[in-house]
Amino acid sequence: MSPQFEIPATSTTKFNLGHQTEFLRSQVKSLSFSYNPKDKVILKNVSLPIFDKKVTALIGPSGCGKTTLLRCFNRMHDLYNEVSYDGEILLYPESKNILSRDVDPMEVRMRIGMVFQKPNPFPKTIYENVAYGLRVRGIKKKSYMDEKIELSLQHAGLWSEVKDRLHAQATSLSGGQQQRLCIARALVTDPEILLLDEPTSALDPISTSHIEELIVELKKDVTILIVTHNLHQAARCSDYTAFMYLGDLIEYGPSNQIFTNPSDKRTENYITGRFG
Amino acid sequence: MEDIMSNAQTKIMRETVREMDLTANLKWRRTKDFLFAVTGLMTLLFAICVLLALFIDLAMTGVPRISAEFFMNFPSRFPEKAGILSAWVGSLAVMITTAFVAIPVGVAAGIYLEEYAPKNIFTKIIELNIINLAGVPSITFGLMALGLFVYKLKFGQSILTAGMTLGLLVLPIVIVTTREAIRTIPNSIREASYGLGASHWQTIQHHVLPYSSGGILTGVIISLSRAIGETAPLITVGALTFIAFLPTAPVSDVFPFVSFQWLHDAFTVMPIQMFNWVSRPQTEFHVNAAATGTVLLIMTLLMNGIAIFIRYRFRRRMKW
Repeated sequence: MSPQFEIPATSTTKFNLGHQTEFLRSQVKSLSFSYNPKDKVILKNVSLPIFDKKVTALIGPSGCGKTTLLRCFNRMHDLYNEVSYDGEILLYPESKNILSRDVDPMEVRMRIGMVFQKPNPFPKTIYENVAYGLRVRGIKKKSYMDEKIELSLQHAGLWSEVKDRLHAQATSLSGGQQQRLCIARALVTDPEILLLDEPTSALDPISTSHIEELIVELKKDVTILIVTHNLHQAARCSDYTAFMYLGDLIEYGPSNQIFTNPSDKRTENYITGRFG
Repeated sequence: MEDIMSNAQTKIMRETVREMDLTANLKWRRTKDFLFAVTGLMTLLFAICVLLALFIDLAMTGVPRISAEFFMNFPSRFPEKAGILSAWVGSLAVMITTAFVAIPVGVAAGIYLEEYAPKNIFTKIIELNIINLAGVPSITFGLMALGLFVYKLKFGQSILTAGMTLGLLVLPIVIVTTREAIRTIPNSIREASYGLGASHWQTIQHHVLPYSSGGILTGVIISLSRAIGETAPLITVGALTFIAFLPTAPVSDVFPFVSFQWLHDAFTVMPIQMFNWVSRPQTEFHVNAAATGTVLLIMTLLMNGIAIFIRYRFRRRMKW
């Protein structure tokens, strides 16, 4: 089953999507992924464009490979088992294949930030949490760091809540605040793409709506790729949606189209709650 | 047909279970519960009582003998003049050397095994051997040290030899506790660090080590409290039982002001001093031995207490 979306043959960074012109930030090209030894293929020939400064949502039932795909974007799989990537994820403007063996995973992770399912602040101060991305890069200048940290905490909508206690332990924050802290921590280094892996699944409804508002706000500056189980969330926050099922990309398109007029029967069944 | 049969059977069984006298069984089950709890408590009390009796007996004999002079005097032919100055200074010097050997090697080995070592058969063999090493009788370490440090490397019967021997002896404890401390750090924290572009070593240096330092420190203190009471390997490498002088001072007023000559000096330690006094016929010396034993016990308890305190503090601070 080939996705509805046609991938351009050349790695052009700009093309027309019917109604408007979009810029490509990244593109997944016929990616297959499996853990070695190749007993189970988790992603099968997935192709997907990621448009610049748009929110792309990955939806699908558990075990469909959406988180696996997300984690490919910053080579998280490389930390654990022997893995084999087949295919490419190109990062524009320079069309670099970030899955290539010649590309250092550390470089990829510095360009593509990630926020995890469960808030995972370091057991350090709020300031040190946000500062860590800068410290990793060897930045030591205090004034620059202070400025960047304030900016990214503001971006993450957390500044007003923590500005008086930047040196308190990050673990003293509430779950929703911790998750926004993790977003600020990822934003401080100006990532080209921000990966969100079910960022609200461990949060209460109010914190969830905070984060959703934040996502809409953030896409002015950064390209976002989000995995979510919450279909309403995908419909509310995303511009494009990809539906995955058993390692295949079934359907991709503008979110309003996917959620109102899906062309594949399986997509329709999933979004109407008949399975998954 | 079968369905009807089995249905009927189920019905019969259900009826029988309902008709059983539930209370009779219940009473016996309660009794067994109670019996086990009582047996457990008795065993525990017995063990504690025996230990307490030993300690109280030791303290009753030893405590009256403990005074400032006891700590400031060298051993002597006259029991009332004899003290443990050279013994506790020796113990201190050996402990410092042990710590300098065991901590860097043990922590590094623990980090390597937990963070870097590939998960293969060789790593498994090494892990198994480390656990076995922790159970090797300490006198074996003494024999090894005698052959290697004293005869081959010519370190002599010195503090250096003793420190290295005990360092090797407690190394497995340090390695195992380091690994356990590292393993308590959730993977999500590591992923957060890697996700920001940190290298493996940056992740270890900034997260793994600081967050596990409480556990590692606890392991180090517990291993030192084991080392401080060790006697057999030190007798094997040739600790002297009668020392009426102190090791060379580590600092002096002439250039270069610090000296490591003390590492090469002869020494004795508290358990050996104790052993020496116990093996004498005069009962006055036995009192001295009891006093030394009390000091040693209190030090061990103190060290373990500090370890528990540190662990408690770190557990409270590290929330994930």
